[in-house]
Amino acid sequence: MISIDIEKKLKAYKGVDVLRVKKDFATGSITRITGPSGVGKTTLLKMIAGLITPDAGRIVVDGITWFDASQKINLSPQQRMPGFVFQDYALFPNMTVQQHLEYATKNTAWINRLLTIGKLETFTDHKPEYLSGGQQQRLAILRALAIKPKLLLMDEPFSALDVKMKGDLIADLQVLFKEIGATALIVSHNPQELDRVSGDELEVG
Amino acid sequence: MDLTPIWLTLKLAGITTLLLLTFGLPLAWWLSKKRSLVKIIIEAIITMPLVLPPSVLGFYLLLAFSPQHGVGKWLHDNFNLQFVFSFEGLVLASVIYSMPFMISPVKSAFQQLPASLSQASYTLGKTQWQTLRQVLLPNIKPSLLTAIVLTFAHTLGEFGVVLMIGGNIPGVTRVASIAVYDSVEQMDYAAANNYSLILFAITFILVISVFVYNKYQVKSSLE
Repeated sequence: MISIDIEKKLKAYKGVDVLRVKKDFATGSITRITGPSGVGKTTLLKMIAGLITPDAGRIVVDGITWFDASQKINLSPQQRMPGFVFQDYALFPNMTVQQHLEYATKNTAWINRLLTIGKLETFTDHKPEYLSGGQQQRLAILRALAIKPKLLLMDEPFSALDVKMKGDLIADLQVLFKEIGATALIVSHNPQELDRVSGDELEVG
Repeated sequence: MDLTPIWLTLKLAGITTLLLLTFGLPLAWWLSKKRSLVKIIIEAIITMPLVLPPSVLGFYLLLAFSPQHGVGKWLHDNFNLQFVFSFEGLVLASVIYSMPFMISPVKSAFQQLPASLSQASYTLGKTQWQTLRQVLLPNIKPSLLTAIVLTFAHTLGEFGVVLMIGGNIPGVTRVASIAVYDSVEQMDYAAANNYSLILFAITFILVISVFVYNKYQVKSSLE
């Protein structure tokens, strides 16, 4: 169970907005996060990951307190180790596809399996600038999964994929999520994208 | 022709560059992160040698490290260290004087990298040190090389600050730029010309190498 009850002041065009999120997520669930642009969806994911500090509240993941403002508990991203798919992919320009995954894990069998799922087996020695947008996005997803995270935070992870690739990948990911027991929070603007897999929805803003 | 001033200059430039690389990189990285008043003040101090006359910097260093009083006396009495009129003094002055040439390009390069690169590395469980070494530094290689070469070349060309703190002691503090000045003073234009030509050739080759390397980097992949 992941329990989130946090708030954060956000700078807005006119003054300050307050982002408040209070929700519980069942372990192994897939939740689609929606809301208008600029409302704080990315900020929410980054707060859960420990990359941004909330102003108040608590985050408890599987009984472990990741953040508690009143008790001054704030685990670092390295301690939380969520799988994070960034909206801009955040791929490392100096690393090849293989090196990206090896940077995350030393488990060769797992790396090979991920490469197959992402259909990147023939691109292992390519650096990001020689990959298409869709391939880059898949690599970002595979890198996040390489650490076998218990919590996956994905920011628009399928926006650059074509319909067929998206459908295949989502189906494969669903199996992987079950296998590693991951809970996934996925920011998505496309209402149909996660219809078949997502059981829950959180509207921010 | 006495080549000692040339070797001394190269030795000074090498040590200065190495020292600035060692502590300049982490300092530039720290400065590139979230700004604060302390960082702004430190950055201003680091930038001062760019705008301050070298003789002013040399004068203050001479006062500060004079073995007769203050820090200089304390260093001399406790560690038998003397920075005035010694090679160690030249190194100290060069490190301070060339610091902006190492820090500024590296800091700017760090700032231009998307924050999400570090963040992605942290979420994979990597420490700040691992992230710096394996993700950030490899992606600022052209800027890093520029900073190294500029620091080295700038140290080769130092004059005012090294003359003030080091004087003109043959084999100890008489670097090439001072040897040029000294030769002209003695009307030995041939020697001055030789020293000048060597300095000119070294710096020209260094600068050209950086330009060629950076052009190659832009043309091909991000290495």
